[in-house]
Amino acid sequence: MALRAFPISTKSGISAAALVVVLILGALLAVMSRAETGAGFVSSDWNALRFTVWQAFLSALFSTVLAVPLARALARRRFVGRGILVTLLGAPFILPVIVAVLGLLTIFGRSGWLNAVLAQAGLPPVSIYGLHGVVLAHVFFNLPLATRLLLQGWQAVPAERFRLAAQLRLTPWAVFRVIEAPVLRQIVPGVAALIFVICLTSFAVALTLGGGPRATTLELAIYQAFRFDFDLGRAALLSLVQLVVAGGAAVIALWVLPVISLGGGQDLPQRRWDAHGGVQRGLDGAVIVLGAAFLVLPLMAVVLRGAAGLTQMPPAVWAAAGSSLFVALISVLLLAVLALPMAGWIASKRAGGVEAIGLLGLSASPLMIGTGWFILINPVMNPADLALPVTALVNALMALPFCLRIMVPRLRDTVQDFGRLSASLGMQGWPLWRWVILPRLAPQIGFAAGLTGALSMGDLGVIALFADAERVTLPLQMYRLMGAYQMEAAAGAALVLLVLALGIFWACDAMGRRYAAA
Amino acid sequence: MKALTLAATTLIAATAAAADTPELVVYTYDSFVSDWGPGPQIEKAFEETCGCDLKFVGNGDGAALLARLKLEGARTDADLVLGLDTGLIAAAKETGLFATTEVTADYALPMEWADTTFAPYDWGYFAFVHNKDLDAPANFKALGSSDLKIVIQDPRSSTPGLGLLMWVKDVYGDEAPAIWEGLADNVVTVTKGWSEAYGLFLEGEADMVLSYTTSPAYHIIAEEDETKAAAIFDEGHYMQIEVVGRLAGSDQPELAAEFMQFMVSDAAQTILPTTNWMYPAVMPSGGLAKGFEELVTPEKARLIDADKVPALREEALAEWLSALSQ
Repeated sequence: MALRAFPISTKSGISAAALVVVLILGALLAVMSRAETGAGFVSSDWNALRFTVWQAFLSALFSTVLAVPLARALARRRFVGRGILVTLLGAPFILPVIVAVLGLLTIFGRSGWLNAVLAQAGLPPVSIYGLHGVVLAHVFFNLPLATRLLLQGWQAVPAERFRLAAQLRLTPWAVFRVIEAPVLRQIVPGVAALIFVICLTSFAVALTLGGGPRATTLELAIYQAFRFDFDLGRAALLSLVQLVVAGGAAVIALWVLPVISLGGGQDLPQRRWDAHGGVQRGLDGAVIVLGAAFLVLPLMAVVLRGAAGLTQMPPAVWAAAGSSLFVALISVLLLAVLALPMAGWIASKRAGGVEAIGLLGLSASPLMIGTGWFILINPVMNPADLALPVTALVNALMALPFCLRIMVPRLRDTVQDFGRLSASLGMQGWPLWRWVILPRLAPQIGFAAGLTGALSMGDLGVIALFADAERVTLPLQMYRLMGAYQMEAAAGAALVLLVLALGIFWACDAMGRRYAAA
Repeated sequence: MKALTLAATTLIAATAAAADTPELVVYTYDSFVSDWGPGPQIEKAFEETCGCDLKFVGNGDGAALLARLKLEGARTDADLVLGLDTGLIAAAKETGLFATTEVTADYALPMEWADTTFAPYDWGYFAFVHNKDLDAPANFKALGSSDLKIVIQDPRSSTPGLGLLMWVKDVYGDEAPAIWEGLADNVVTVTKGWSEAYGLFLEGEADMVLSYTTSPAYHIIAEEDETKAAAIFDEGHYMQIEVVGRLAGSDQPELAAEFMQFMVSDAAQTILPTTNWMYPAVMPSGGLAKGFEELVTPEKARLIDADKVPALREEALAEWLSALSQ
């Protein structure tokens, strides 16, 4: 009953969670209030639902399973460029979809590098279009995220455990079973659920690489209902289905998460005596090279293409970059207000089911939230005046589940290990956060803040609805350039976006780690 | 104290002067307002004469534009909407938000313009664009039986995608499903919007992309690239006519009417072809920019009556979905 002695106040956490629910359900109700006709679920919607769930399941499965060896290899090895590679892991899923897709096509496309190599070898070309293409792209987006999340779990294992394992002369397999597998069991279901939900709301990737309307996802149907048919009843119904599927998956996955304490260590750097063997070294090396190539080659294509376009960018791109930075910073601030108390509340619960509230923000269609709040704000004031704050808020909501997933396991450990001691010292409220929690959580907070900032930089969902001439974010500016045939200038803007987003990510992440080290 | 009074007076005077300049808000699609689009030049040209502040608000594409207008309803700040096309006119009129227009012009459209709510400002033919070295097919049947790879836009999220749907429906009527079945194995993929599709084509992912007969003009004039061409189909080409309309609830009705007339004036019509890459609705006095004469022109223009579009769309969409989903 250790958790009974939990010293963190749950009040602010519950308020934050309630705010999240109100923001999302408020939008849904607003959309419903404007619905003119009752809407039904038609047969093509069932097809879309089936495809949506299936591709999201496969994407989550492959991303998570492939991330395990990559994270393990990265956790066990120290090599030149490791820091850069770990930062680059943040890159793929902050890219605007079209940029990432074009990057992937440079490698895997009809006239891409892979097919050029195959043709040299006299082999038939491969086509990226189809379910496998959708899954490939989703793995490109999410494998790095999964790897980072798992890596964090690995690094939370106290160094003393590996030392003890080495003294007991445990084989690598035994080390995996005794030390690493329990950590994986604690992290993997949550990571898989997160990726499942991300892929559930995918739309442009699935459509473009899916090769046709077979690859229709619910989000496309929602987009169609909002933008083309203006059938708000149908849009609300489809949004609700999406929320229920995502929420259901999240609750199931998070419920099965076991609560394991790794035990307190002295926060020493990890050394791995089990990984000295030549076979282990070779395997890890191969995994890292393959993983890095898969992630870095498409990014390189984006950089090369963008470098050529940098000189052709109109000055408006820099103004847009300023707006995007502003949105990113506000998002990070908002997130701190929402995520920290919520993480505290969730960590105080034995089961992780309530974390599903966080996932609501991600599973709700951004178009639905945007439209809902547009309807609510419009009678009071001009929604365009609130374009950037609303964009920041919605992005903070979308980043919330990532941040919870990053912070909750560590926070739960901290509380288990230090909760009773703190309680016996009468520590609670701000001193508890200041002296016990924040120092131990700093790397997680930095990572979460970096992710949020980077994600908000890349937003295109909400701003498109609220934007006017003066308030344009960088991704939107990039699309405008493409729409005016300026593909090269757009590629330059994409590169600026990539650099800024990675810069924010790196800065927050590094700050968190330095604070922890100090 | 004196200085403060002076400052306050100046401030009030400045505010009054700003309030005296009426603001005209025009909702349009995104690419229109980009630095390379017509927006900045049109704004400059109109502001020279109107004594007003013209403000363009970009909003996705034509369909997104209409959705935003419906969301805002009568409370909208917009005085005009620029960038709906003939496929959206019926839905736009149904909102009851638009006022009738008195714009008159000597239109250079391939067909009579009779609508009294909207005025056309530019137009183009949908066409498949390809590299010149390709031996392009001459109609949908030939395309369907070839092994050429094409990229098209999804009619559920994109106006050109919807244009292609209506094109096939207009030519083939009840035979349209068979045509789509023939095209199914040519379609590499379907994209959310024009930008994605055109980007894929330029990357070499497909032999042809659904765009406009005027697209090669961009490559010829802006990039001096002569390698792109549009395929002419002997079935005729479906048209897109882009229109501007003013809202009945506008607080600047005279100015809005003036802007509509401006859009068909020589000044605006000279700007549009080389910024929006479409044909002008009225032939400007200086003629078309050099490079346009190299474009191919279809022999037959096709367009479905605006009020028949909504019903046909449902039917054509269902046929398209079932043909391409197999």
